[in-house]
Amino acid sequence: MTALSRDEVAHVAALARLDLDEAALDHFTDHLSSVLDYAAEIDSLDLSDIPPMVHPLPLRNVFRRDAVGGVVDREAVLAQAPDQDGERFRIPPILGEK
Amino acid sequence: MAVADIATRVRAGDSTAVAVVEEYLAKIRSTDGDVHAFNLVTADVALAQASAVDDAVASGHDPGPLAGVPIALKDNMCTEGIDTTCSSKILEGWKPPYNGTVVDRLRDAGAILVGKTNLDEFAMGSSTENSAFGPTKNPHDLGRVPGGSSGGSAASVAAGMAALSFGSDTGGSIRQPAALCGVVGVKPTYGAVSRYGLIAFASSLDQIGPFATTVEDAALALEVIAGHDPLDSTSIPSPAPALLPELDKGVDGLRIGVISELANAADPDVAERMTAALGALEAAGAKIVEVSVPAVVYGLTAYYLIAPAEASSNLARFDGVRYGLRVDGADVQEMMIRTRTAGFGDEVKARIMLGTFALSAGYYDAFYGKAQRLRTMVRRDFDAVYQNVDALISPTSPSIAFEFGDKSDPLAMYKCDVCTIPSNLGGDPAMSVPFGTGDHSMPVGVQVLAPPNGEQMMFRVAAAVERAAP
Repeated sequence: MTALSRDEVAHVAALARLDLDEAALDHFTDHLSSVLDYAAEIDSLDLSDIPPMVHPLPLRNVFRRDAVGGVVDREAVLAQAPDQDGERFRIPPILGEK
Repeated sequence: MAVADIATRVRAGDSTAVAVVEEYLAKIRSTDGDVHAFNLVTADVALAQASAVDDAVASGHDPGPLAGVPIALKDNMCTEGIDTTCSSKILEGWKPPYNGTVVDRLRDAGAILVGKTNLDEFAMGSSTENSAFGPTKNPHDLGRVPGGSSGGSAASVAAGMAALSFGSDTGGSIRQPAALCGVVGVKPTYGAVSRYGLIAFASSLDQIGPFATTVEDAALALEVIAGHDPLDSTSIPSPAPALLPELDKGVDGLRIGVISELANAADPDVAERMTAALGALEAAGAKIVEVSVPAVVYGLTAYYLIAPAEASSNLARFDGVRYGLRVDGADVQEMMIRTRTAGFGDEVKARIMLGTFALSAGYYDAFYGKAQRLRTMVRRDFDAVYQNVDALISPTSPSIAFEFGDKSDPLAMYKCDVCTIPSNLGGDPAMSVPFGTGDHSMPVGVQVLAPPNGEQMMFRVAAAVERAAP
């Protein structure tokens, strides 16, 4: 593991849908690099025969009955949206259409 | 007054819920200008709920075990029609269309919501300094942090502005502020309390739990909120255990381990308090044994890869489409980028990017994958230790509450969680109990840990620690 470059941070920011100016890029490159430097302590550990743990419970495939339960009112949900047309969320163009 | 006493008096008609709530609202008005525990004080809602409780009593109905008890909720728990911000600009003004399960259970038990409490944005932090709405102050010293991320919840109970409060704990966010503010804070077993309606940070680690001034109040609060919930698929299907009968059983004959790796991580004043607590447990009949949990030394690294990875996925939902902030753009991509860039604070951005990196092609195995294997090692080490002991003791926080701005280096802040993170990685219950003061007369907490679903043993030991506390 090595410290991150500015280009790598810019790439990760783009993946995370964040826009960083030059000062922010410097700031986050330092911040992320310091954490990853610390994490380098696990580089030398050979854990190949240890299984990964995804979460603490031995639960698998939790099902419920296929029946209509309580639902949240659509109008109440849409009322909290930044933009909507009474039935759906409204967003800016996706594919460059006008 | 103890929570059970408030409820007993209200249920018997010896006091009204409205009178109790007015007393707490007056305390909030006189105190919260200095402390800033609350993002929102829900005075009108509280008085209406209190009137309903009093009406129930008057008409011969039992409002429940928390009748008239004023409570505060961390502002990452959904409350129907009441602002829920996660202390982030990206959710400012959002009013959820539904209640979280914990919110419903508390209301059904007769509790009264007096407000929503401040936190580090999206629960990412250990000082409440990362709130978009300004920090919460420690009621014991306004120049010091209350801890975090549930700093507002801890401070609200410590300052007497709520009889109980509730927070979420992903890496210590209940226990560490409880220790720094001198109150009891409980992280239950993963899955013991429903997370339905808790805005997710790191889903394999998050757990809701109570803050209280006494172990008994915390036990009562946890009994109300614990138990299976079909709306949370990670909820434990078996019934929640009764806790109150455990409190007076004492520790005579129990084997209690002290985790050497964590004991050595504490400042001298904190270590001295923990040693005193161990002495008190020994005097009460417990056998104290030093134990090693070797994998906990890698807990911090595992946590700061796993939690950001899960956060990067969970926080993808904040995209300006369905709720909260939207900053317009020419197309949907630009709108989402502008919204997230304007809406998230620096610490949240850092963790999203760290998690995105840890999950990205070419790095997954070296970072996220390896962290998950470390997690297995922590679980196995705890399982081995619990073959020989009934419960474990460690410091809750390596230090007393620090001064504002004291931990500007991110790693220094992350290390505040070194003693609390292992329980989140393993899914074990753990709680902090006040045990006197350290330097500058600031509170110190002792952490009691137990194996998964070991809440009864944990509360039994915690009650003994509390009985011996100065």
